[in-house]
Amino acid sequence: MSEVRFLTENFGQYDPSSINSYMSIGGFQALRQAVAMDDPEGIATLISEAKVRGRGGAEYPMGRKWSQARAVKGEKKIIICNADEGETTTFKDRELIKNDPFNLIEAMIIAGYVMGATDGYIYMRAEYACYRPLLLNAIRQAKSYGFLGQNILGKGFDYDIHLYSGAGAYVCGEGTALIRSIEGKAGRPRMKPPFIKVSGLFARPTCLNNVESLSLVPHLLRDKDKRYLTYGVGESVGTKLVSVGGNVKHPGVFEIPFGTTVREIIDGLAGGLPDGHSLRLIQFGGASGKIAGPDILDTPYTYEDLRAAGVMVGSGAICVVDDRTSVIDFLRINQDFFYEESCGQCTPCREGNLHIKIILDRIANHTATKDDIKTMEKMARVMSMSSLCGLGETAQNTLRSAMQVFPEVFEVGGAE
Amino acid sequence: MANEKTTTDQAQEMVNLTINNIPVSVPKGTKIMEAAKSIGIDIPHLCYHEDQRVKARCRLCSVEVTGKRRLLAACSTVVWEGMEVHTDTPIVRDTQVTILQMLLANHNQDCLTCPRNQNCDLQRLCSRFNIQQSHLPRVEKHEKPIVTNPAIVRDPSKCIRCGRCIQACKDIQGIRALTYCGRSADLRVTTAFDKPMETTDCILCGQCSLVCPTGAIVEKDDTQKVLDALQDTSKHVIVQVAPSVRVALGDAFGMEPGAIVTGQMVTALKLLGFDKVFDTNFGADLTIMEEGYEFLDRLQNGGVLPMMTSCSPGWVNFMEKHFPDQRDHLSSAKSPMSMFGAIAKTYYAQNAGIDPHDIVTVSIMPCTAKKFEAARPELGHDGLSDVDIVLTTRELIKLIKYVGLELVSLPESDFDSPLGFGTGAGAIFGATGGVMEAALRTVYEKVTGKTLEKLDFEDVRGFDKGGGIKEATVELPGRTVRICVAHTLKNARKIMEQIRRGESPYDFIEIMACPGGCIGGGGQPIGTTNAIRRKRIEALYKIDRDLPIRKSHENPDIIKLYQDFLGEPLSHKSHELLHTTYHKVPLPYEFD
Repeated sequence: MSEVRFLTENFGQYDPSSINSYMSIGGFQALRQAVAMDDPEGIATLISEAKVRGRGGAEYPMGRKWSQARAVKGEKKIIICNADEGETTTFKDRELIKNDPFNLIEAMIIAGYVMGATDGYIYMRAEYACYRPLLLNAIRQAKSYGFLGQNILGKGFDYDIHLYSGAGAYVCGEGTALIRSIEGKAGRPRMKPPFIKVSGLFARPTCLNNVESLSLVPHLLRDKDKRYLTYGVGESVGTKLVSVGGNVKHPGVFEIPFGTTVREIIDGLAGGLPDGHSLRLIQFGGASGKIAGPDILDTPYTYEDLRAAGVMVGSGAICVVDDRTSVIDFLRINQDFFYEESCGQCTPCREGNLHIKIILDRIANHTATKDDIKTMEKMARVMSMSSLCGLGETAQNTLRSAMQVFPEVFEVGGAE
Repeated sequence: MANEKTTTDQAQEMVNLTINNIPVSVPKGTKIMEAAKSIGIDIPHLCYHEDQRVKARCRLCSVEVTGKRRLLAACSTVVWEGMEVHTDTPIVRDTQVTILQMLLANHNQDCLTCPRNQNCDLQRLCSRFNIQQSHLPRVEKHEKPIVTNPAIVRDPSKCIRCGRCIQACKDIQGIRALTYCGRSADLRVTTAFDKPMETTDCILCGQCSLVCPTGAIVEKDDTQKVLDALQDTSKHVIVQVAPSVRVALGDAFGMEPGAIVTGQMVTALKLLGFDKVFDTNFGADLTIMEEGYEFLDRLQNGGVLPMMTSCSPGWVNFMEKHFPDQRDHLSSAKSPMSMFGAIAKTYYAQNAGIDPHDIVTVSIMPCTAKKFEAARPELGHDGLSDVDIVLTTRELIKLIKYVGLELVSLPESDFDSPLGFGTGAGAIFGATGGVMEAALRTVYEKVTGKTLEKLDFEDVRGFDKGGGIKEATVELPGRTVRICVAHTLKNARKIMEQIRRGESPYDFIEIMACPGGCIGGGGQPIGTTNAIRRKRIEALYKIDRDLPIRKSHENPDIIKLYQDFLGEPLSHKSHELLHTTYHKVPLPYEFD
């Protein structure tokens, strides 16, 4: 199996700075189709039929999310596109923004139409500031062509898109923190409920989707022959963007049909490991993801198979680590990330990340005791069980999976 | 925030659940924390406070709910029909203990010398969960207490980052002097630009110190100064006690909230060694004379209206910082505390034949901002401060415990004369609406020459009425006077913005900085809640009701003071001793 072109079919086919160029390849046809439908709920059904799960990492069924968001009553509903893409080794949204910005704009307009929203917000990570002109240009052109603004396509639908940039905090990829950041507040998550779909940005009903999830929608609408449904295996229907990084010869973003094996991705698409080095571990889904050893290679890349193998698709990140990095050093790097990125307001995450960092350093220095290992395990459990937000809940996924996959590393005194 | 509100005022729909297999039925919208409390289960908590919005930050109240993968925070989770809650499973206890151990590892553990020793939520919980030697390394940063003003001390090394102080400042006072800054292990509570509190928007009301679960924000302790003065035989040490202290002090000695302990308190102060024990109620009566006449003067001679009361020092600080352009609205009358001090060092000193330089005036106040007020250079005379030392109710509790007195079993005694006699009007100064009511009793009679039949001005009383802003009108000959009473500075800001816009309909406004007035002050006993505030208000009105003299101008000692010394209200001497001026205080973010 090799790469496919479904979500990425527009890449290279048009000039991303020109709406005319986009329209010459069928741009905004999906939107016309959407507004021509008798019942916009049909679009949510279409998404459900394709069994699309949120591509940001939480894997929540997207069709269900849209149906629920549609059902929420409220004035001035809001669509947010989460382009914060802060997970490590995750850079797939960047490719979508860079190569196909008009498709994203079109997707957001469709989402706005389906949800009955008045405003769309793109929250893009600070590091992608270089793509701001591209997106702003796309928004401006869409507006001048009447795809944004008042009475869009004569349907009495008023909708506008705003672009916001973060200031570099990973936690702002978390929905409530993202919203507070747009509102001009410090980017710290808040407790739920109220849920975003009921009271989100500016306390208005809000539907928040990842760039990749949204980008898929126009393609699904245009896909008359249901080509998308022919890709994939079982419940994992269609294709997925994976971003492969770490110790591979050709890191990059690839669109694969679900069911491609991990080996095919790493050796086939990413060119394999650097010569003379063997695989130590692979981290799936970024810093908050889980890790597996080399025995994962022949597992098909599907939601179900990866889960059965103890890891998750998550954001689609695949970080390949070869024998030059020890498990402990990898964990320390990962832990430093969370120690840096925790917002600090809830006790388990603030204090837990600090203590786990200390203990991992001790393991690396061969000064850890058996009690330290027990303490670390307990802290990791307490963090995942009781933290305020998803960051604290998932921060120790990597460590906890490592303790299962590489128990010998945590035998105190036992070097690797 | 639909979920924030419990639906007690609606037709109550009940929800059935079990907590530790005990069936419970609670109104829809109740949180697990409150449902558990209703059957006597205290779920441990630190950031949760019954009067505050839910924060769900400390996570100490994590409990197990059948069918849920993760633990849920009892403070923020609304119960649902058929919910099964478990508060004492191994995973719950393990989580709670681990969280406590984490907090302790990042906490300056000098508990034995901490101002909140034996009165600390963290300490109590560690005791309750039998927290013993932990494997965790200590990670607290070694920071020194920040002592930069006479009122409030912050000790960041004791802070557990629960955010109660931030929320009190923001939600009660609308000040936002305190905020979070930094992230992860560096998250901390601080002020704008890390400036000392008193130079920021802070008005030193101390509401933060009242809700802090540990010793991270406390009043500046002046008890040793008092003990030193009492030991000094060359000094004549007199003490005055604010009206609201006598209905709050009992809390710390196991009495019911709202218990009136005036007599025992006076005995305790005498046993402590004060030469004279006087009453701020006397000062309050004096304030009414001056402020009441000032109001009449403004009303009759085209002075600046509305006139606003000036006895709450947090409020005065607020005006000087946030509405300095409107400060002419403040009554020039000093507060009861400072009036008392001025009279003590002149009239009393003369009569008693004591050199005022040898008099030490100590005030027991429900308030941290009073410490700042006492330190104001303009509040004094001939190089002497009106008030030398201010102790909060909390510090008085410490002194009483220090000398080993059992407050509850002490006999009752009376205040000394002549500055120890106060009327009912003086007593209610401690409750929101009290100053206004006291003033109206006097102003009405002075203007009409008639006896006021009904002394109770119900419209201006109460904690909850009008969301903290109460209005009334009073008919005076030829003029309807519109009055307003507000407590908390969040409400005061609304009133002030209205005045600034030129839209204020009022003639006379009473403002108290703290919720409920002084009975809810920032210097009151730890554990003061709104429920307790309501009880203390009731107690003050009971004191008033039971007194034979309930109008300030009928206080015989006040009458004598004017006859023998001051002449009349607003006389030259009164102005010299009993009135003050206000100034604009610059803020750190204001630039020329």
